[in-house]
Amino acid sequence: MDKEVLVARGLRKAYGDRVAVHEVSLALRPGEVLGLLGPNGAGKSTTVGMICGLTVPDAGTVTLAGGASLASDEAGYKRRIGLVPQDIALYEELPARMNLELFGALYGMAPDVLKRRADEVLAMVGLSDRAKDKPSTFSGGMKRRLNIACALIHDPEVILLDEPTAGVDPQSRNAIFDNLEALKAAGKALIYTTHYMEEAERLADRITIIDHGRVVAEGTQAQLFALLPAAQTLHIEIAGEPDDALLAGLAGVKRVGQRLDVAVGDIGRDTGPTLAALAQRGVPVRAVASARATLEDVFLQLTGRALRD
Amino acid sequence: MQALLALVRAEIKLHFSNRRAVLMSIVAPILIAAFFGSLFGGTSKMAGIPVGVVDLDHSPLSQRVVAALQADTSLKTAVGDEAEMLAQVRAGKLRAVAILPAGLGTQASRALFGVGDKPEIALHYDPSQSSALAVVRGLLAQTLMQEVSRSTFSANSPVLSDLKRDIEKAQGLEPERRAEFARMFDSIDAVQKREAAQPQAAGSAPQGGGLSMPYTTREVEALQSTANAAPVAYNSYAHSFAGMGVQFILMAGVDMALGLLMMRRLGLWKRLRAAPLSRAQLLGSRIVASALISLIVFAVLYVVAIAAFGVRVLGSPAGFALVLVCFALLTASFGLLVAALGRTPEATRGLAILATLLMVMLGGAWVPAFIFPEWLQTVSFAVPTRWAVDALDAMTWRGQGFGEAVLPSIVMLGFTAVFTVIAIWRFRWEE
Repeated sequence: MDKEVLVARGLRKAYGDRVAVHEVSLALRPGEVLGLLGPNGAGKSTTVGMICGLTVPDAGTVTLAGGASLASDEAGYKRRIGLVPQDIALYEELPARMNLELFGALYGMAPDVLKRRADEVLAMVGLSDRAKDKPSTFSGGMKRRLNIACALIHDPEVILLDEPTAGVDPQSRNAIFDNLEALKAAGKALIYTTHYMEEAERLADRITIIDHGRVVAEGTQAQLFALLPAAQTLHIEIAGEPDDALLAGLAGVKRVGQRLDVAVGDIGRDTGPTLAALAQRGVPVRAVASARATLEDVFLQLTGRALRD
Repeated sequence: MQALLALVRAEIKLHFSNRRAVLMSIVAPILIAAFFGSLFGGTSKMAGIPVGVVDLDHSPLSQRVVAALQADTSLKTAVGDEAEMLAQVRAGKLRAVAILPAGLGTQASRALFGVGDKPEIALHYDPSQSSALAVVRGLLAQTLMQEVSRSTFSANSPVLSDLKRDIEKAQGLEPERRAEFARMFDSIDAVQKREAAQPQAAGSAPQGGGLSMPYTTREVEALQSTANAAPVAYNSYAHSFAGMGVQFILMAGVDMALGLLMMRRLGLWKRLRAAPLSRAQLLGSRIVASALISLIVFAVLYVVAIAAFGVRVLGSPAGFALVLVCFALLTASFGLLVAALGRTPEATRGLAILATLLMVMLGGAWVPAFIFPEWLQTVSFAVPTRWAVDALDAMTWRGQGFGEAVLPSIVMLGFTAVFTVIAIWRFRWEE
């Protein structure tokens, strides 16, 4: 298994005739964030469920460094995994610190270690001053941070985050990203499921795109963007409705109302010739902007559907 | 063990930090038990039954009957005209009205010897209070018999001479029988004259003559199982606290079940399952926590019952403790069963409460099971709450020994085992 801290091979799960996850394999190294990207219902949560032992796979295995698996040592395996569920899974009427101490106790932590560790994770997620308060009095963002803290209390090697920023404001989202980057820097391995491409782009070292339970692409962002015919797009605003006949023969041009989207491989090299070609055809240009390709484009390219369909 | 204790501690803390849960599991049963206890006896004197009487006869006899009814403390007798009294019965203000017909005074004495028509006393009663009718009928019969016989057999009563005259004139009566009646009336007349001639003892009540109740009663509460034990008055709060305790603790069990369903919805159950806990630890912690909460609630209820309402454990304290522990386990397994069979908290709540109320009702927690029809009494033994309520009654005010706690405890543990097996069988581990 070399340097991988977790390896999943051939995971499969079906509910009746519906195959939720089909032959999903992935590997994770320490200090690495693996983004699991896909639309709702793609099979991300089921995959996470199989990795952390909530869902029994029909086929496939998950192994941690050293060979530990759910089959060989369930308790030992689970102690090395931290799960941040998609829902805010907290005892709302127990103070924040008690939540942490309770979940720590479930992992067999000694009381003195638990107290120290609770202080650490509360400080890490910025909730030290709210330790005695109940989550029922917290904002959505604070609950999300405590939700993450509860998964970190036992200091796991692998942390599974199932859409951990759902419904939070941008400020809290940034705070959560800072926490996750700190974990990554500390050598923790993270699997981060999301259907927000921006999050995957910001956090993930490698990305696995999953759709209808199948892995449709995987690799670094550069490797995924390489799957696109163009890495960037020119957005050209024109005056009036252009005659389609004038646009005929221009490669990679798509008309969107009074805007033309032109896929280009190199913005420095291709912008001038594109604008010249439009001027030559008498198409009046009012403004030009550029945008780089996104994972949304990659998903669209691979599946023919938008990520948020 | 550390994990299990942490979960149990958290559940208990959550339950008792929830004001609504405390209100429902402790305060509500105390208030309702106090109410039912005071209704079914308690220590306060029972109010007289409100009845009415209409005197259409206005004879000395009917006036004495009215006076006697008014003097009886079992009744609260109002006197008025027929329309007014009947209106009050229909309005629910009076349980019954007796209408003393015209001619009662003359007809009743003769009817006593089978002569002439019997006067008819109409008893109008509130159909929703029909149980009071038997009491009113009994007291009316007693009063009338005393007053009619007194009127008939008292000295200088014209009734006997009238009767004697009627007998002498009666057609078709055998001469021998006519002579027997005449001798009987002469004898009664002689006795009454002699008694009337005797000087009355100072301070004693005047002798009215007539029939009186041929016995007196001595009412003793059958409570003590041992001859040397000090007599203790029956305390109806003991039954009401047992019944209400059983009801609200079962409801707390339902709340625990709904809590588990909410944990599923909130993802907490997922988080717990992701921890290194066995299924036995996960479900065991729920059972232990629920059972401990039930025991704590029962303990608080009985402390209040003992301190404020005079309830006593007159039977075996060990048997009492055994019954409480078995019922606590039964509650925990019932909650687990509800959680296993329920899908959503909303859909489960109504059905679970209905099942609880049925069990409580059939168990005799609201009203004692002995007032049920016979078939329902038989059916009620198939309900675990019947065993719990009966056993708590046995250990408290009935003063029974440990042996009387054993069978109910075995039955409750049997139900616990069945509920637990079904719950584990039907429990959905995966979401």
